[in-house]
Amino acid sequence: MITIPYLTALTTYFSYGLLFAFGQLRDFFRRIIDWWNSSNLQGYAPICLGLEDFYIRRLYLRIQDCFGRPIASAPDAWFDLVERYSNDHNKTLKRTEKLSRCLNLGSYNYLGFAAADEYCTPRAIEALKRFSSSTCSPRVDGGTTTLHSELDDCVAKFVGKPAALVFGMGYVTNSAIIPVLIGKGGLIISDSLNHSSLVNGARGSGATIIVFQHNTPSHLEKVLREHIAEGQPRTHRPWKKIIVVVEGIYSMEGELCKLPEIVAICKKYKAYLYLDEAHSIGAVGKTGRGVCELLGVDTADVDIMMGTFTKSFGSCGGYIAGSKLTMNTSKSILLQELIQYLKYTCPAHLYGTAISPPAAQQILSAIQVLLGEDGSIRGAQKLARIRENSNFFRSELQKMGFEVLGDNDSPVMPIMLYNPSKIPAFSRECLKQNVAVVVVGFPATPLLLSRARICISASHTTEDLVRALEVISKVGDLVGIKYFPAEPKKEEQEDRTVKLD
Amino acid sequence: MVALFLGSHALYNFDQRKRKPTPTHLAFVYSPLQNFQLELFLSPVFVIAYFSPVHRGLYNQRCYSSVTLFEDSVLHVNVEGADTEALYVCTPGKVPIMESVTDVLQAAIDWASLAFEAPFARADVFGVHIGGHLFVEGLLFVVIFYLLSQKSYKPPKRPLTDKEIDELCDEWTPEPLIPVLPEEMQCEPPQLESAAGPHTIISGKEVVNLASANYLGLLGHKKLLDSCTSSLEKYGVGSCGPRGFYGTIDVHLDCEARIAKFLGTPDSILYSYGLSTNFSAIPAFSKKGDIIVVDEGVHWGIQNGLHLSRSTIVYFKHNDMASLQRILEKITVEKKRAKEIRRYIVIEAVYQNSGQIAPLDEIIILKEKYRFRLLMDESNSFGVLGHSGRGLTEYYGVPIEKIDIVTAAMGHSLAAEGGFCTGSARVIDHQRLSSSGYVFSASLPPYLASAAISAIDVLEENPNLITKLKENVALLWAGLSGLHGLKIVSNPHSPIVFLKLKDSTGSLKSDLQLLEDIADQLLREHNVFVVVSKRSTLDKCPLPVGIRLFVSAGHSQADLEKVCESLNSVVPSVLNNRR
Repeated sequence: MITIPYLTALTTYFSYGLLFAFGQLRDFFRRIIDWWNSSNLQGYAPICLGLEDFYIRRLYLRIQDCFGRPIASAPDAWFDLVERYSNDHNKTLKRTEKLSRCLNLGSYNYLGFAAADEYCTPRAIEALKRFSSSTCSPRVDGGTTTLHSELDDCVAKFVGKPAALVFGMGYVTNSAIIPVLIGKGGLIISDSLNHSSLVNGARGSGATIIVFQHNTPSHLEKVLREHIAEGQPRTHRPWKKIIVVVEGIYSMEGELCKLPEIVAICKKYKAYLYLDEAHSIGAVGKTGRGVCELLGVDTADVDIMMGTFTKSFGSCGGYIAGSKLTMNTSKSILLQELIQYLKYTCPAHLYGTAISPPAAQQILSAIQVLLGEDGSIRGAQKLARIRENSNFFRSELQKMGFEVLGDNDSPVMPIMLYNPSKIPAFSRECLKQNVAVVVVGFPATPLLLSRARICISASHTTEDLVRALEVISKVGDLVGIKYFPAEPKKEEQEDRTVKLD
Repeated sequence: MVALFLGSHALYNFDQRKRKPTPTHLAFVYSPLQNFQLELFLSPVFVIAYFSPVHRGLYNQRCYSSVTLFEDSVLHVNVEGADTEALYVCTPGKVPIMESVTDVLQAAIDWASLAFEAPFARADVFGVHIGGHLFVEGLLFVVIFYLLSQKSYKPPKRPLTDKEIDELCDEWTPEPLIPVLPEEMQCEPPQLESAAGPHTIISGKEVVNLASANYLGLLGHKKLLDSCTSSLEKYGVGSCGPRGFYGTIDVHLDCEARIAKFLGTPDSILYSYGLSTNFSAIPAFSKKGDIIVVDEGVHWGIQNGLHLSRSTIVYFKHNDMASLQRILEKITVEKKRAKEIRRYIVIEAVYQNSGQIAPLDEIIILKEKYRFRLLMDESNSFGVLGHSGRGLTEYYGVPIEKIDIVTAAMGHSLAAEGGFCTGSARVIDHQRLSSSGYVFSASLPPYLASAAISAIDVLEENPNLITKLKENVALLWAGLSGLHGLKIVSNPHSPIVFLKLKDSTGSLKSDLQLLEDIADQLLREHNVFVVVSKRSTLDKCPLPVGIRLFVSAGHSQADLEKVCESLNSVVPSVLNNRR
């Protein structure tokens, strides 16, 4: 749990209150001017009603320049940021031709496959030449090339499940599969900080949705017991099935899922487990196989494994991997295969264009590199590097007195900012020193818990990280976000002991 | 009075129940030996007693150094100035009424009898004389207040014990995650061994491909491949981030500007997947309480968007303008607040599920009459309809500003992937923070954005591609006009030629099987690759099943003649075998 200093909470509320009051004042004058100019809606209702876009107009636009910064190169360890300017107080931003070279601490390029790679890129180009840029057809029609079938098998083998299916987009994977698995009369128990795609999928399914406290197995158990005993609302019939939905690494918290405990609880209460490994697959574990490998969980215990290729693999799309179950009934042995079932029912598979062949080839090659099948040890090096980099960076940040969330080994590390004014300040000051960071505020996080998020990559060198730490430390002093006392430096400690002697 | 009442009441409780006085009790204890009154001020009620003038005097006469309570009704009182300690036993009924109290009581009785006697306190009810009716009514009020102040009766709640919950959890058996697979779900689609162009290779044989929506034949176009290659070398494959967090690459912005320029709109926004375009854009504009009138034949992406928006959804009959007008009229009349809520009509330009074309001119008239906004999906008409490929608006000669929101997938005629939405600047800017598929998903791989830019360039340079496509569709129509057993139900201008069984076999399953047999035989014996329309269990669209032929500008005349010939020979033979 995050505990906010009392004074900080107060000032944060005050800042938001001030912003809100000013926004209201501006809206008031806006309304007068609009009334003066007479409405031009001609009988249509406005696209945004009332306060729906208040946040965007009055809060977001002020700090628009911290988000959506265009780049003009691959999102590698360093990238070329396109400079922008505004003539109307940040309302619109215009691109310039000027580029600035910045250290990238924002992209999900965990393994460094984002940039052109000596092994992957030539193969992706080869795939482009052979299979072209698209299939113009869903997988079930004319969209399954030999490359796609090979990818399905390769992914299944990599994540350690009997079968897998690849989709063209990670978001769609989640939001189209959950409705296939569960419907009315089912119960989805979802972590309170799950990604929007999971929330959308759950909503689309029509099942009852209950939220449990973020990453708290004890609360999950409590919720499960309560709802199994209670049954469906009103009718009190038993639930048809229960699916517990969790993520491997929470992208806004940098926390690892408490998977062993959650698996045990799901087993005990016969609930199915849906694990979204969007950020963890490829990034953690000894051979990059995600949280299951890192935390020592048998993949057979996770019923549905989902992940994306956008992050570690530097491609696009998502996958779903599932078990084969054989049921012995009195008459015959029935085969239950999740993936085969999805191939005939999942709308993303039936209607969505198949994943683009070069992207598919990129995933294949990246997995080959990770497994050392390319004949080098680059994969193992990358995996070791990301771990070392993450743990080094995290411990250094903590030593400096920043409030850093998340667990060791996780390449995502949020630094708490709290006050809304510190969001643009931190981002702009870092950018001045050519370090590009991601800052996040409401509504992606709770109102009080604005943060900056650092994503570490295997392509960062030690010099890069040291430089980044220097800049962040300096900016941290300037902005005032070192909420904990800094650990005294080693040399000082030694000096002191000498004096005492 | 009050104190006395409470006091005796408390004393009564004190003695009757044989228990120690609780803090709410106040007892008057009278000692026959020493003749002083003892007040046990153990409660807030004491305040009333203390301030009542009758007892104040009595109280002030003595002071007690300590009062100790023994079991039950025995009090141990230590009086200051007295030599001995005394034990007092409380007994009811032996409390003599003090003089002052008697006075007060006497006055009260006098007052009461006076009140009873008073003329205004007499009443006749149905001839019966009632004396002191005010008193009776007052009493009634007291009773009513008393009853009202009581808590209503509730059965006691008995929550389940842990053991009971354990048992319930043990007893509960979930359904299997997925149902048992029926046999027809075990076959696999054919695998392509080369690009999905007009001709492709399946199991080593070159076949004519009518399964890919590669309408303009741009798949494998040299210009596209070149731009993709240079983009792959420069940017890598993926963008590794959502648009907000360094996932915006300059080609994305160029692509957005290129699309807007091509269509003549102020701005456009890119999505990373065709399917996600609609189910993100619709919930961004329509919320709970808003109304969406939608054609019942729309594809799943739109259906899902409608569901996620939680708006009120009204379906009109597929491509039936009379039905649309009826519904619009009904909504406008019935909903008094219709002017204040957002109202949308959602249509597809060319329906993916049926190959029909929406009559845009009529829809525009209706939309303007009833003041609905129009959202149109141009996935299968962008680059296809109109003399320069600008879609349905060009086809009908309607200015694009009349359509509020235009969406399209880029995985069809543009031979890339992803989707876009275009419209006024307000519409686009709103999506940049409110559209979940845009905000929360990694952006389109940059090489696909380059592909889309090049595709539009190629399209603009070669308008003859569209003419070629039109000719090809006409060729297929002419060749299939005499087809036995199947009829064409799509629009003659649509690039999707939809063949439906003339006589259904009676069940959807056997219809599908029959069509699958036709498709199978076409692929095996005639090297023609066609697909049967598939439907997900989640799809609510009620349209019939059939064979969908995706015509491409890349098909040669010989290809299409071969397709017609094969269909003309295979369909009757399969249908006859069945009978």
